[in-house]
Amino acid sequence: MSAARESGLWRQGLLMGAALMALLALTIALAFVPLGRLNGVASYGIALAKAGLVALVFMKLGRSPALVRLAAFAGIFWLAALCLLTFTDYPFRQPIEQRQTRPGGQPADAPLLLRK
Amino acid sequence: MSGQALHEPFEDLERQRLAAAFGMWIFLATEILFFGSAILAFSVYRQLHPEGMLAAARETDIVLGSVNTAILLASSVTMAVADKAAERMRKRETILCLALTAGFGLGFLVVKLFEYREDITQRLVPGPHFALGEPGAQLFFGFYWVMTGIHAIHLTIGIVIVLLTIWRIRRGSLAYGRTGFLPSLGLYWHLVDVVWIFLFPLLYLGGRA
Repeated sequence: MSAARESGLWRQGLLMGAALMALLALTIALAFVPLGRLNGVASYGIALAKAGLVALVFMKLGRSPALVRLAAFAGIFWLAALCLLTFTDYPFRQPIEQRQTRPGGQPADAPLLLRK
Repeated sequence: MSGQALHEPFEDLERQRLAAAFGMWIFLATEILFFGSAILAFSVYRQLHPEGMLAAARETDIVLGSVNTAILLASSVTMAVADKAAERMRKRETILCLALTAGFGLGFLVVKLFEYREDITQRLVPGPHFALGEPGAQLFFGFYWVMTGIHAIHLTIGIVIVLLTIWRIRRGSLAYGRTGFLPSLGLYWHLVDVVWIFLFPLLYLGGRA
């Protein structure tokens, strides 16, 4: 009976560990395969998968009360808001600001972006 | 058997455990924002200075980085098992798994220290004697040192608390199976692992193909 309890104790952890290590091996292998832009997609996609597994299983978000899941979601939500504001800022900077943003940017008297 | 589980202001152990998980996740949300915004800043500079950042990315030690990632993933496994053992009131297994978790954490720090020494020898510290000439390369290593350094501080705090917890359980002054303490400690530890899960591709897998 004690032995059965022992294996029950470790089973989920070891299965998860095997899955995480497999994803780690995959991400390292793919890093050396020239995929162009997909290299980034692959490595961060796999990172997201690993983090998702840890969050849902080890951090028990998969079976937490709604209040706890809401707190976790709040962190992601506000980070997403920050990312949205940042990624809609830099690409739309006008030439007059670009010298400060990127040294090789357009001269200040270049035509405005996104205007005819 | 162990110290008092229920404490002020709670009248109900279930509610106390819920409060512990809720409170810890509020804190973890702030940690997600902290590391997330650092990663965001990194990605902005990655777009502004692609050649320099990629050239610098090739200089990190992918072997040590991979070993460290595997170590932290294993430590999350042992921490999860410790939590499960505590739920089943198995004191010996709880202490063993917590000790393994702390051991893995210390292993990570040892590998990190060797890696830092190697980086310093190769002059990968931003400053006047920096090894690479491309603009943006120093930016990469600025992020590298700060992000891995702060992550290591978080990990050290986690290790200390895990060791203290082992001591308290052995003394019998922690109702380890019933309070929300061990689950909350587990949440913190898993977040430190998740942060590294994202730092690894960011700092070690770029520019290799």
